[in-house]
Formats: sequence, C-alpha cells, structure tokens
Amino acid sequence: MKHPKISIKNLYKIFGARDRALVAKVKEGLGKQELLEQYGHVLGLQNINVDMQSGEITVIMGLSGSGKSTLIRHLNRLIEPSAGEVLVDGQDVLGLGPADLRTMRQKTMSMVFQKFALLPHRTVSQNAAMPLSVLGEAEDIQAREAAKWLERVGLGGFGERYPAQLSGGMQQRVGIARALTADTDIMLMDEAFSALDPLIRTDMQDLLLELQRELRKTIVFITHDLDEALKLADHLVILKDGAVVQQGDPQHILLNPADPYIEDFVSDINRARVLRVRSITKPLTTESFDGDVTAESNLESLIAKSGGDTNHVYRVVDADDVIGQLDMKDLVRALVPTIRPDM
Amino acid sequence: MAKYEKVFDTLGLRDWCDEGAADAPTSMAQLLAQAQGGDVASAEGGGFPFPSLDVLHDACPAIGQTRDLTASFETGFLAMRGKLKLVLDPITQPLSWLLDGALIAFQSTAWWIMIPVLLAVTWFASRSRGVTAFVACVLLFFAFIDHYDVAMQTLAIVFVCTGLSVVIGVPIGIWMSRSDLTQRLIVPILDLLQTLPTFVYLIPLIFLFSVTESKLYGIAIILYAIVPVIRLTDLGIRLVDRDVIEAADAFGMTKKQKLWRVQLPLALPNIMAGINQTIMMSLAMVVIASLVSAPGLGVLVLRGIRNLELGVGIVAGLGIVLLAVILDRVSKAALGRVDKQGKAY
Repeated sequence: MKHPKISIKNLYKIFGARDRALVAKVKEGLGKQELLEQYGHVLGLQNINVDMQSGEITVIMGLSGSGKSTLIRHLNRLIEPSAGEVLVDGQDVLGLGPADLRTMRQKTMSMVFQKFALLPHRTVSQNAAMPLSVLGEAEDIQAREAAKWLERVGLGGFGERYPAQLSGGMQQRVGIARALTADTDIMLMDEAFSALDPLIRTDMQDLLLELQRELRKTIVFITHDLDEALKLADHLVILKDGAVVQQGDPQHILLNPADPYIEDFVSDINRARVLRVRSITKPLTTESFDGDVTAESNLESLIAKSGGDTNHVYRVVDADDVIGQLDMKDLVRALVPTIRPDM
Repeated sequence: MAKYEKVFDTLGLRDWCDEGAADAPTSMAQLLAQAQGGDVASAEGGGFPFPSLDVLHDACPAIGQTRDLTASFETGFLAMRGKLKLVLDPITQPLSWLLDGALIAFQSTAWWIMIPVLLAVTWFASRSRGVTAFVACVLLFFAFIDHYDVAMQTLAIVFVCTGLSVVIGVPIGIWMSRSDLTQRLIVPILDLLQTLPTFVYLIPLIFLFSVTESKLYGIAIILYAIVPVIRLTDLGIRLVDRDVIEAADAFGMTKKQKLWRVQLPLALPNIMAGINQTIMMSLAMVVIASLVSAPGLGVLVLRGIRNLELGVGIVAGLGIVLLAVILDRVSKAALGRVDKQGKAY
C-alpha cells in the first residue's frame, strides 16, 4: 500500500467564534441550515477524508460555496480547522509552531492563486524569485533560478517587465514560475486558471500537464469547471456544501455517478473526448479484431478510426500487453449519461 | 434668600453647609451687586428647572462655585506640572536641539549653497523640470522682497516637524493597522487632536515648558500635523490587496518581511498622501505657533495683526501661500511618481 503524500482526516471547519464547541453538534447530525439559524455559525467543511498520492494531480471540484477554497487553505494552514488532521508525509501540519509552519510553507508547499497575487512593484523576475528571497538566498542564485523557470513556462526575456505590463495568462505563468522556483514537492493551485480566457486556459492546462510529466509533483488543483477537472485529474474529489459527495478515478465517476448532483454535473460534458478506452475495456472474448487501440486514447479518436461503424470490435493494448477488447456498441452506450428511472 | 436652603435644612445638612463658610472669597459679580444694592442670588441660575453650582453655593456655602471648578483644574494641573516636566522635559529636549540646529543651519548656510541644495531635493523628489523651475523662481522671489531669511526659518521648522511626524506617525500607523483594538483606541485620540482648537492645547503647553524653548512650538505643530500621516498609514496598510498578503503568507514570509516587502511598498501612495497633508498642516500651524515664539513668516503676520501694519501682514501672508504652493507641488509630484510606479508601469 502506497503511503499518501497528503492525508486529510475527519476535517471540520465551522466559521464563527465558538467553532470548536459546535463541532460535536455537527458530528451529532446538526445540518448547515440549523447551525446557521440556531447558532449563527457557518458550516464550511464537514468530515473531509481525502488521501492525495505523491506525484498525482488531485482535483477538488465543486461549485462556488462548496468549500473547495477553504479546503485547500487548510493544507498550508492559511485557515485553521475546527477539528481534524492534515498529514503531510505523515506529519500533522496542525501541530506545527509558527516557525515550523513558515518553514513548511517555504520548503514543502507552494501556491498558485486565482487572481495571480503578484507583487505589482516588483519585476517579473523578482516575483518569480520571491520564494528564494524569502529564504535569503544570494541575488545571483535568485536571478538564475527565476530565469530558468520563467524560460520553462514560456516567459524567457520578460524578466525585466512589471506584472501590470503582462496579459492575464502571462501573469499566471509568472505565478506558476514563482511556485516552481520554490522547488517544493507539493503545489497548491487555487482556481489557478479560472480567471483566464477559455483558449488561454487550455494552453495553461497543457503547460501544467507537460510540466507535471517532467516534474512529478504532488498537485492539488481546485476548480469549478468539470472539463478542466477531468482533463487534469488523476484523482477527483467532488465537494458539495462542504462535504465530499464522491471521489476516485475521474473516468469511474463519469461512468458511475454516485448521486443526482453528480449526474447533473456530468450530463453536459463531451464524454467522447473525456472517456478513455481503458474505462470501457472488457475481458477478451473473441479472436478476430478490426484493429488495435491503446488504452489511454480517448473515445473520440476511436470513433474517427472506426468510421462510425458500431459492428467493430477492437483489441486494447497498453504498452505491449493486450489488456482486453472494446466493442463499439459498449462505446455508444458509454456516450449516453446514466438515465435515471424517473426520466 | 435662595430657594434651595429649605432642601438642605430638611435634609439636616445645615451644619455641614455652614462649616467654614465664612471666609469664602468675594467674586467681582458679588461686589458689583453689593455696590448696586441688589442681591447676586436673585439671578437664580438663568431659569433652568435644576439648580446650578452657583445657586447651590448660595444655599449651602460648603458646595463650591463654578469658578472653583475652573480653579481646581488649574491647581490640579499646576500640582502635576512638576512631575510631568520631570518626565517630558528630557524626552522632548532633542526636539529643541533639532529645531534650533535646523534654524541655525538653514540661516547660516549661504544662499548659493542653500538654494541649489533645495533645488536638488526638489528634483530628486519630483523628477519634474517644471516644478524645479517654479521652486527656483519662488525662492529667488523671497530673496527679491527681502523675506528670504524668514522664509528659511519657516521652512526649517516645517522640515523638522514633518520629519518627526513621519518618524513617529508611520510606526503608530503600522501598529494601528495590525489590530482593530489599537485602532479603536487611537482613532478617538486622533479625532480629539484634529478637533481641539489649537489655542486650547497651547495653554497647558505654555505652563509646562518655558516660552523661550523651541520645543514648545515644535510639540504644538507635531501634535496638530501628525494626524494625517498616522491615519493614512493605517488606511494604506489595511487597503493592501488581501490576495497579495495571502500569497506572502503562503510563501512563508515572516511578519517583518511582509511589512517591508509587501505592506509598506503597496501602502506607499497612501502614506505619501498623508505626508503631503502633514506638510500642509505644519505650515498652517507655524503661523499660529508664532504666538509662542516660533520664528519665521508667522511672526510678520502676527506683527501685522498687533500693530495693524496691513502691508506687512499681507506680504508675509502671501509668502506663506507661496511656500505652501511649492511644498504642495513638490510632495504631490513625488506622490504622483510613486503612484504611477505602483499602477501603470
């Protein structure tokens, strides 16, 4: 059993002066609405249990007000929880003193923000070097590291500009370069691409995936956009009203939504592009195939390959191993969202 | 006979009332009333439905008159004075040195050094040719109308008082911005300093320090002028983008790093606006402070009032306006430069 990099256990957050005392009431079953009416406290998160594996992108998705931004801020304790544990490499973050907490923020976790949060009076290069300047590194090391990562995110030569001179997408590239300069294992991304235009957003997602293939960091990514979540996620966590509704492999969630809330969520997306061959592969039963497909290709490419003929059956290979077969009829069924009985 | 005597009689307080009542000093009003053959108590407190202190005193001499109230403030203050002086004198002594030193330095430096230095400061602060040229014209104009020396005196005082206001005010502003409690405690004091008529706090200051000491007017000016720089430092820091502060926290900045690298630079436009206000207010106060021996253009204005020398007063007044204009132009130009740095690039 692999040890999770980050492990959140029984986490509760109640906003208000008497939050710790009221956790017990919430555990006994007091709802969000009653808590607000009877005690004037707001329930932020309830009973969150999530394991995040090293080297994976864990996407936390939910609509606004679902508590996702609150949750990510518990990881580096920008927000203090009311009850629960946050373990990073087995160590409880909540037990850290102020100095240890600062060290952890400097060395183990970096963060990318929705509104970029760059220093307007500093150059792009100085912004990217911020994590090192906090540590008191020498100027030339700062400049070298900043230049390296700016180059890597496609901003070579922009070092002497100021953030306000750059477009939103470029500013967020600076934000990412800043997080990478910190050279931390964990990267927290709070709606990092939500403020960007759709086209630029796609570019940034591709950039992130490309960086991730190379760097294998543990990334926690917050978004309200399901397409984005499905594109990036190795592990998907869906939040609603401060509680986890479903979590797991995104393909699995798409094919087996746990409740109507998630069904609604997944009903509007382009399933052919998101679903992978792997997810609807069945064990081998026949001998004759119309061709080979790789497990990680999406259904869209397979439809194009088959020319729309539903009688085809393909052999599915992963690397060099044959892992099963795919019937085009199953593919067509998978393209239709699960239909509820009452419809 | 006063109508409240019966009240004291029925309460059985008559003995207490009459104790030691005989030798109460006679007021001017009583003397006048006696001379006119009337009774002072017949005024009976202006017709209010409740008795005033004076009326009660008539009925019961043991109760003090209103003038005793003012007298007790005076004696109280005078009693504290010695101890206050013991603490305040050493603390404020450097202010006297600074002011005297600045006055000597500004006056004894030859004009052909002083004016270029001032122009260099102007250029450094504003980076604007127009403003620098304007300042040069104004300074030469002061020399032309033989007001150069007094203008330098005023400028020296404004420099010292503004400098100290910034040195004291900015840390107070930072302290205020860090906790709502300190803010709630300090804001009423700032309100008081801003609304209290200047003359009112000049009076206790005159009793505390001797009129010949320059710190007397220095304190008066600083008390008056420090308010905007405190307020705007506090405001500026509180207005710093929350997201940027969060980013600073997320990357593990210490409180000190956050202050110097994030909060102060981003609050700088507001702080500069506060300094501009502080300069203007200390200039305004320099004139009033001439009442307590502050040298400079204010003295000429005062002479104009005292001796009804209309021309002297008007010329000195115009001189103050000119000084105000150049100080305002220069500090505004500096502010504009900082502002632009923070936003547009």
